[in-house]
Amino acid sequence: MATSTSRTAMPTQRSNSSRLLDKGFVWVTGAFAIGVGLVLLAIAYRVGTDSLPAIQRFGLGFLATTRWSVNDEVFGALTQIYGTLVTSFIALLIAVPIGIGVALFLSEDYLPPRIKQPIVFLIELLAAIPSVVYGLWGIFVLIPLLRPFGIWLNANFGWIPIFSTAPAGPGIYAAGIILSIMILPIIAAISRDALVAVPTEIRQAAYGLGATRWETIFQIILPAAFSGIVGGIMLALGRAMGETMAVTMVIGNSNSIDLSILSQGSTVSSLLANQFAEAGGLQVSSLMYAALILFGLTLVVNVLAELIVRRFSLKL
Amino acid sequence: MAPELQNARKTDTVFRTENLNIYYGDFLAVRDITIEIHKNKITAFIGPSGCGKSTVLRCFNRLNDLIQSFHMDGKLFYRDQDLYAAEIDPVEVRRQIGMVFQKPNPFPKSIYDNIAFGPRLLGYKGDMDELVERSLKQAALWDDVKDKLKEMGTDLSGGQQQRLCIARAIAVQPDVILMDEPCSSLDPISTLKVEDLLQELKEKYTILIVTHNMQQASRASDRTAFFNVEANAKGQRTGYIVEYDRTEVIFQSPQEQATQAYVSGRFG
Ligand SMILES: Nc1ncnc2c1ncn2[C@@H]1O[C@H](COP(=O)(O)OP(=O)(O)OP(=O)(O)O)[C@@H](O)[C@H]1O
Ligand SMILES: [Mg+2]
Repeated sequence: MATSTSRTAMPTQRSNSSRLLDKGFVWVTGAFAIGVGLVLLAIAYRVGTDSLPAIQRFGLGFLATTRWSVNDEVFGALTQIYGTLVTSFIALLIAVPIGIGVALFLSEDYLPPRIKQPIVFLIELLAAIPSVVYGLWGIFVLIPLLRPFGIWLNANFGWIPIFSTAPAGPGIYAAGIILSIMILPIIAAISRDALVAVPTEIRQAAYGLGATRWETIFQIILPAAFSGIVGGIMLALGRAMGETMAVTMVIGNSNSIDLSILSQGSTVSSLLANQFAEAGGLQVSSLMYAALILFGLTLVVNVLAELIVRRFSLKL
Repeated sequence: MAPELQNARKTDTVFRTENLNIYYGDFLAVRDITIEIHKNKITAFIGPSGCGKSTVLRCFNRLNDLIQSFHMDGKLFYRDQDLYAAEIDPVEVRRQIGMVFQKPNPFPKSIYDNIAFGPRLLGYKGDMDELVERSLKQAALWDDVKDKLKEMGTDLSGGQQQRLCIARAIAVQPDVILMDEPCSSLDPISTLKVEDLLQELKEKYTILIVTHNMQQASRASDRTAFFNVEANAKGQRTGYIVEYDRTEVIFQSPQEQATQAYVSGRFG
C-alpha cells in the first residue's frame, strides 16, 4: 500500500526540507534587502530631523551663502558645495578619459594575458590604498610637484577666473587630482568589465564587414558597453563627492569662496570632518544640513545615472 | 577599394587554393586544401564536427588573422590575387568578402543602423533609406520589419536576426558571401526561407556555406566539398578534403567510401 502512494507522488513531490530551504532562502535574502533600505531611510531621517533648526533658520539661503561664522552663528555652505562640485569635476575630467583608455587597452588583445593580468591586479590595488595614505602622499609629493605647474598656469592664464590666484600649496586643484587617482581604478575596472562583456560575436561581425579595429571599438564596442561605463563613472563620482580624509588633508580647508582652483577651499565632507568634533547648537544643525545637501547631491547623481543608462542602454 | 582587389573581380574562378596547411600554434588543424570555388555558384562544405570547415572558411576573408595563434602556409588566390600577399589589407578583403556567422550576431543597434553600418564604413554616398530597404527585401525580412526599423535588431526573433545579418552582409554589396552554418539556430520554416534566399543571392554573389544538414547541402548547393578528420602520428586530429565535386556526384555517386558513408548517414 505504501508503494502505490509513493509511486504516484514521486514525480511532483520534493522533500519538505528542500521546500522549506527554498522558502527560507527567499525570506532571509528579502529581509536583508529590506534591512539595507531601512538603514538608509533611518540615516536620512536622522540627518533630516537634526538639520531642521538650521533649515528653519537659513532656508534655501544656506545654499547661496558663503559665510561660515561660528561666532555670529551665521552659516552658509556655498563655498563647500562649490568645492565639492569643482573637485569632483576635476577628478572626472582627468580620470574618465584615462580610465576608459586603460580599460580599452586592457580589454583588447594588445598584451598577452601573462602581462595583462598583473596590470589589471595592480590597478585594482590602487583602490585598496587607504585614503589617509593618499592624503600623506598628496602633502609630501603631489603638492610640491604641482607647485611650479600652478605658478605657470597663474602666470600665463591668470586672466581666466579659475586660475586667477597664485597657488597656495594645498588647494582645490590638488584635491581634484588626488581624487582623480582615487577614482581611476573604479572607472577602469568597471569599464573594463563592461567592455569584456561585449560578446565576441559582435566584434567578429564588425570585423567581418571590414571595420578596422578603431571603427569596431568606437562604433560597436564602446556603445555596447556604454551603460556599464556610465555606471562606473557615476559610482566614481559618488566616491569623489563623499571622499573625506585625503581631501581634507590637501585642500587647505578655507571657508571663504574663491573661484580659482589654485586657491584653498573646502568640500562638504572636509567641512564636516573639520568641525564636527567641537561643534554645538546651531552649528551642529548646520553641519547636518550640509550633510543632507551632500546626500541630495549623490542622490541626484545616482538618479541621473539611472536615467542615462536607461536612455542609452543597448540591450545585448 | 584597393586596385589589386578591384581588378580581381573579373575572372571566373573566385578562389583557388594550393596546398593550404592551417595551424593554431603547433596544431595542424587542416592540411592540403586544394580547391577551386566558382563564380555565382553555391559551394557547400560538409563533414563531421572539428574537421576544420569553419577554419578553412575563415581563411577566405582573413578572419583567422584575429586569432593570434593562427598561421598558414600554401597559397590562396582570390581571382588571381594572392590574398595573403604582404600588400593586401585584411580590412579591404573583408569589405569584398562578407560573412554570416553560425550564431545570429546583430549589433545592439536599431535594425536600420545594423544595415547601414557597413555602407557607412565604406562612405556610401547614395540613398541610405533605399539601400536599407533593398537589402532587407533581398533578405526576405522587409515585410517583417518595415514598420519598426528604429527598433533594436537584437529584439527580433532568432530567425529574423539571422536574416538581418544576411541583409547586413549584402548591404555592402560584397563579391562573395561566406556562411558558417547560417541555419543551425533556425526553425525549419526560417531555414527554408534562407535556402530560397540563397538561390536568389547566387545570381549576384558567390556563396560558400558550411552546413551539417545533408538535405540542405543537396538541395541548395551546386558543388560540395566533403571534409574528414584523421589523427596523425602525433595524435593531432587534422582535417582534410576527401572529395570535392558537383553536389549530385557527391550525393549520388561519390568516388570515396567515406563520402558515401557520410552522405547516407552511415558514418562512424
Ligand atoms: N581559435 C582556435 N584556436 C585553437 N584551435 C582552434 C581554434 N578554432 C578551431 N580550432 C581547432 O581547429 C579544429 C577545426 O575546428 P573548426 O571550428 O574549423 O571545425 P568545424 O569543422 O567548423 O567544426 P564544427 O562542425 O563543429 O563547427 C578543431 O580541432 C578545433 O579545436
Ligand atoms: Mg564550425
